[in-house]
Amino acid sequence: MHTKTKQDKSVNSRRSFLKNSGGVALLIGGAGILPQIVSCKNESEIINAVNENGVSAWVQLTKEGLITIFSPATEMGQGSMTALPIIFAEEMDADWDKVSVEFAPQDADLYGRDLKWKGRSMMTFGSTGVMSYYSILRQAGAQARYILLSSAAKRWDVDIKNLTTGPSKIIHKESNREMSYGEVVSFLEIPSNIPTIPDDQLKDPKDFRLIGSVTPRTDIPYKVNGTAQFAMDLKLPDMLYGSINRGRLHGAKPTLKNEGKIKEMPGVVGVYDIGYGIGIVTESVTEGFMARHFLEIDWSKSDASGFNSADAFDTYDKVLEDGKSGKEMHNEGDVKLARESAANTYVFDYKNDYIYHGQQEPLNAVARVAEDGASAEVWIGTQNGVDTAADIAGALGISVASVTVHQQYLGGGFGRRTLSDYGVEAALLAKEVAPRPVKLIWTREDDLQYGMYRPASLQRMEAFTDEDGNLTGFTHDVVGDGVRLIADGSDINGYKIPNHKVVMHIVPHGIRVKHWRAVGHGTNKFAIECMMDEIAAEQNTDPVEFRKKILEPKPLATLEKVATMANWGKSLPSGRARGVAFLERSRTFSSGICEISLDRSSGKIRVHHFWSAHDAGVVIQPDSVVAQMEGGIVMGLSSIFNEQITIVNGEAQQSNYNDYPIIRMHDLPETIETEILKTTTPPAGIGESSTPLVACAVANAFFAMTGKRLRHMPFTPARVLEALAS
Amino acid sequence: MAKYTININDENQEVEASEKTHLLWIVREQLGLMGTKYSCGIGACGACTVHIDGKSTRSCITPITAVIDGQKITTIEGLSSDSSHPVQKAWVEAQVPQCGYCQSGQIMHAAGLLNQNPSPSKEEIVKYMSANLCRCGTYMRIAKAVEMAAGTDS
Ligand code: FES
Ligand code: FES
Repeated sequence: MHTKTKQDKSVNSRRSFLKNSGGVALLIGGAGILPQIVSCKNESEIINAVNENGVSAWVQLTKEGLITIFSPATEMGQGSMTALPIIFAEEMDADWDKVSVEFAPQDADLYGRDLKWKGRSMMTFGSTGVMSYYSILRQAGAQARYILLSSAAKRWDVDIKNLTTGPSKIIHKESNREMSYGEVVSFLEIPSNIPTIPDDQLKDPKDFRLIGSVTPRTDIPYKVNGTAQFAMDLKLPDMLYGSINRGRLHGAKPTLKNEGKIKEMPGVVGVYDIGYGIGIVTESVTEGFMARHFLEIDWSKSDASGFNSADAFDTYDKVLEDGKSGKEMHNEGDVKLARESAANTYVFDYKNDYIYHGQQEPLNAVARVAEDGASAEVWIGTQNGVDTAADIAGALGISVASVTVHQQYLGGGFGRRTLSDYGVEAALLAKEVAPRPVKLIWTREDDLQYGMYRPASLQRMEAFTDEDGNLTGFTHDVVGDGVRLIADGSDINGYKIPNHKVVMHIVPHGIRVKHWRAVGHGTNKFAIECMMDEIAAEQNTDPVEFRKKILEPKPLATLEKVATMANWGKSLPSGRARGVAFLERSRTFSSGICEISLDRSSGKIRVHHFWSAHDAGVVIQPDSVVAQMEGGIVMGLSSIFNEQITIVNGEAQQSNYNDYPIIRMHDLPETIETEILKTTTPPAGIGESSTPLVACAVANAFFAMTGKRLRHMPFTPARVLEALAS
Repeated sequence: MAKYTININDENQEVEASEKTHLLWIVREQLGLMGTKYSCGIGACGACTVHIDGKSTRSCITPITAVIDGQKITTIEGLSSDSSHPVQKAWVEAQVPQCGYCQSGQIMHAAGLLNQNPSPSKEEIVKYMSANLCRCGTYMRIAKAVEMAAGTDS
């Protein structure tokens, strides 16, 4: 099992990617189009077949039995490059040891899936990879198997119904004959009628060999010896380096005052105004960094001018006090009636500051524009290669078909890399120096200060209970910066709460904002789950018992599981306390419990143990999911204790890891235990599920310990001391 | 620009750079040894970790002039030719990497620890490895893998 790492050579376009290895490709339609078989030796045959039939090549098979599966999703650490091929290989009944994996070309018509809000897309986002490709890849794998079976049936002159398969082999029990998949290649033939394989003829999940087993990830061997190729690692002949000063005020426009001087500096090839920044192209990285220090730029004002994040919450508060109407995001039942008939009403506020992605690979891309300017290639690690190609085509004024995107591994994404900005920038610089390629590198400071942050927001909850203390409903006003992101995760899937209303109020500040792992779940679940805890406390009810009464059965199982894992309710050593949280994200239900201690003099909270239980339906790679949950909890801890972007007069005050201190090993819990419930429902998305559990579980544990509430993320020592003194 | 000779992965290499250039960019962009990564450039994360005479060192803040007197530089490519270093084997066994971008640095740092302390305690591992940042949060597995490599895991 291996993964090719030099995608630039092996998968450089849909026109040539199949030609390398000989054998045959099974071209299988995503939308009921008949499969085709073409020889990989004949490139034009492949091109014609792909173009005429709009079919996609999911798999390649050689006489030696080697199988290459093309994976349509980005690999940024979440394991898609193993999980997706496993789904295909399971139904094809492939011998996993013979499988290698490559990135599929960036072609949404062939490798995309239909998204309600976007149409056909290959974008990797929102934990949706496995969930959205599961049935497509099962069907494609089953059709590949069918083609092999029908060819063998013809060869042996037996009824296809009497054939079965084992790992990469076809078996005819009656005659005690076997044939390997590789042997079929020489006489492989398209049957005249390829059925869509009905669901009941797909593998019975109890017969899964690969799905649900512990399979080592395909990319890991290359990530322990430095050969996994990130875009940053490209080295093309004659390559130049690009660096861009985008200023510190989001949205400001530059006027360069000393272009002549910069152009004379060592190694400088050119200096270019890209509208929101000044780009320098140099012969070496160091010369670019040097030249940047000498740029003299006047920056215009922008929408962010004058904005101070410290004042944002007064503004948000005023929006709610003034009773300005916002946009209704959810409205179930009748909250008005619930309010009028409530025996008790509670009002709680929660807040969060801006935070930054901090993916370990700073944004970068390598681009080459042809000398005549009519075509371009870009090497990039992106969550969204298809739109990147379109945006580059737009920026260069050329057709989309003349832009080739070479997908590379991503050194982290976390939502930042669904946008194409850094690819477009590389292409714009490369156009200036065509045909020499340009490697554009964002410094860490660029990446942070010109970052796109998870927006600051204020959540105001008004909750209603009846005579018996039942939670009959609540309203949730969320006020904050930037588009819908702030209301994401404000739903309450999993809970039985009859009356529920969410209203979103946008207050733009001119700051760049973006999806951040689990998007608004991190902030909205914090508010919802702390609210639950506060009501339970008011009622003197155990917070787990309180939730048990209002959870649907499937999500409830995760809460019961985690309570068992943590031995919830057992007496704790002095100085320890526990908190609980529940949430749904991308159809996965998750419950978490943490155990903390507190240094009351410094205000430092220490998390000692974290338990979580998840129901994500069928799980393709359990160990990889556990790794994701562990990492997600660590990222959650980092975000609630260490991470904060503060903005003064429109400028982020942090610049690098020295003042944006992402969590280190010494601040980790002693244990993180994760259980994945074994269920048979179709896969849900799980990659982001554990991160948003952390804030609420920790804040609730803090309350259990101190009787005080932490209402504002991050829980810095200063805020903890303030809460203790309140 | 000046010419220098450096010893890297047991070979002498001629390189050309201004004296202000840091070793990281020589290793990556001149010599094409791309396993060593750039992430912060200020010595705060460890993505650029290499060994100089066996000692874990941050190449992003190491000027080229500090390694031109015959010091032996080792990058991830020189740690082993076939991923057979005990730390690399443990990393695969424990399935440590996620995005992988920090992992060359983590592995070099862990190997540097074992060079100076072949059987570190859990506390020593945590203290030493806290120098390196992993945004994907693979720390639990890193700690376990270092113990596996040292043979101190239970
Ligand atoms: S890149 Fe050298 S320590 Fe971060
Ligand atoms: S594995 Fe992604 S930063 Fe460490």
